Amino acid sequence: MLRLEKRPNPSRFWIYGTPFLAVALTMIAGGIMFALLGKDPVAAIKLIFLDPLFNGDVASYSRPQILVKAAPLVLISIGLSLGFRAGVWNIGAEGQYVMGAIFGAATGLAFYPTESRLVFPLMVLAGAFGGFIWAMIPAILKTRFRTSEILVSLLLVYVAKQILASAALSFLKNPEGAGFPGSRNLAQIPAMANGELIAGTGLHWGGVAAFLAVGAAYVLLQRHILGFQIKLAGQAPRAARFAGVNPDRLVVLCMGLSGALAGLAGLFEVTGPAGQITIDFGVGYGFTAIIVAFLGRLNPLGILFAGLLMALTYIGGELAQFMLGLPAAAIQAFQGMLLFFLLAVDLLSNYRVRLIGWGAR
Amino acid sequence: MDFTSLNFVVLIAALMVASVPIMLAAIGELVVERAGVLNLGVEGMMIIGAVCGFIAAVETGSPFLGFLGGAVGGAVLSLIFAVLTQTLLANQVATGLALTLFGLGLSSLLGQNYVGMKPPVTGKVPFGPLADLPVVGPILFGHDWVVYFSILIIAIVWWALKATRLGLILRAVGENHDAAHSLGYNVRRIRLGAIMFGGAMAGMGGAYVSLVRVPQWTDGITAGAGWIALAIVVFASWRPWRVMLGSYLFGGITVLQLNMQAAGSAIPVQYLSMAPYLITILVLVIMSSGKGRAALNAPASLGQNFHATR
Repeated sequence: MLRLEKRPNPSRFWIYGTPFLAVALTMIAGGIMFALLGKDPVAAIKLIFLDPLFNGDVASYSRPQILVKAAPLVLISIGLSLGFRAGVWNIGAEGQYVMGAIFGAATGLAFYPTESRLVFPLMVLAGAFGGFIWAMIPAILKTRFRTSEILVSLLLVYVAKQILASAALSFLKNPEGAGFPGSRNLAQIPAMANGELIAGTGLHWGGVAAFLAVGAAYVLLQRHILGFQIKLAGQAPRAARFAGVNPDRLVVLCMGLSGALAGLAGLFEVTGPAGQITIDFGVGYGFTAIIVAFLGRLNPLGILFAGLLMALTYIGGELAQFMLGLPAAAIQAFQGMLLFFLLAVDLLSNYRVRLIGWGAR
Repeated sequence: MDFTSLNFVVLIAALMVASVPIMLAAIGELVVERAGVLNLGVEGMMIIGAVCGFIAAVETGSPFLGFLGGAVGGAVLSLIFAVLTQTLLANQVATGLALTLFGLGLSSLLGQNYVGMKPPVTGKVPFGPLADLPVVGPILFGHDWVVYFSILIIAIVWWALKATRLGLILRAVGENHDAAHSLGYNVRRIRLGAIMFGGAMAGMGGAYVSLVRVPQWTDGITAGAGWIALAIVVFASWRPWRVMLGSYLFGGITVLQLNMQAAGSAIPVQYLSMAPYLITILVLVIMSSGKGRAALNAPASLGQNFHATR
């Protein structure tokens, strides 16, 4: 018979140990899933986790791709993690990401065909603003009317996707695109392109922004009174109120910051790897970032590593799709499984599992 | 805009059909929340129900077994949520999200060989000459059995919560789990039952999307219906009959915007498709503000985990 005993303090060992345990368990469960799909589980796991990095045939392509994919994930998750710590649940990052891309692209295209170097910085601001505004809707509804930010931010994702479709089909459609949906290719306009900064690394401005965000979040949480208030509000809301923390201010701050970061991620994506506004521009980074935030234990450095690992599963998943014929959805289910295991083994850091004999009850 | 093509009676009959998925999912979630558990995985359970129901119906050729399969699929997925939140004491918000993310991935994996197939047709209940009555016929006697079933479930839940011992215990667990525990009720077991009922209802609602509403299988077929169902529970202030009212309201908006799309409205399709989500948000705002705040009716232990030290 198992019994749970609450620990007086969370276990240090397990706080760091649980992400590794969860990844290991996911590999086992994922292997079973791949076996059920009739694929060799060992080969599939190796293809997903090792080949993108070490297989000479594909590594030259896939290594830079890891940074390309990790950049938006880390950017979005850093913002989300601040909110999650404070008990502010912004789960509509996907919508903020899409709106950032639309605002940024629209700003850039308004200046087409310019060659001014000021356009790109302006687009970056517009992208952050787009995400920020979209996140402000749930934030203000929450502070003014006590409406659940979880539901509003999520429902706005579906609204953002419709605006995206409308942008691709009408107001941002490429006038020289022969009638095909989609905007001009921003990556091919020098003044608006977000290209690789160092050849062969996959690092673009989004990656730079992600590293800066990790640093800034680390300093904020460790050294700044706001970071302290965020942590306090999440762990002891009552104590936080007595200490003079204004919960509404924290909601606006956390939502605004995470929205702006998600908007930035969208802007860097649309000007770089994606290149243009299309109907299927939103590929779910905003949702995967939630997994990344928990995998990184809501810790900035942890999120950096978690983002890289999740990017690896994306690349590896594509590789497995190509080499083994593994369905694209399998990797999505695999990532979802990871979150389950993370939440499950999290128990170990807060509780002690005791084995007691049947008679002892 | 040409409104003459919109026949009022047909519209009412259509909205009754359109609201079935959210009504089933919302009444299930209502029971879950009245037991003090917040399961944000409704969307995931619905889409798993949609794919399981579709597969079961196609393989057996029986729509009834399809709905049963959907309910079982949803309930099995909700079991993961139950184990994580009730036994392993995981955060309910995060686990619910995980359920949705996992459900979306798994459903598309399960359904990949079923894209483009046609499910067996769910026939209308034969009411004989009653169905031919003007106005009343199409509205009251022109539907398949699930439409009537969804209304019956609302009535049963209302009655069970109001008038039975089980309902009283369920509400006690949702309002104050510590008190319920000290009275000797098994909080975890009752919540487990509620969660699985919620999963089964969401799964069946999902199956209605893929078997009747669309009817075929495509990825992401539920398109946020689970989230709207969650919003309807808030709209309903956790009361069963208001769930029905809310579902019909949203079914009505959905049908109206679809009809406007079909009638060639001047408003672009994308803006019409936004309407259900925007109006859901608007209703949430109205319900959660002011003196009659919906939150005042929320079960007191909603979203809190229970750990019995002894």
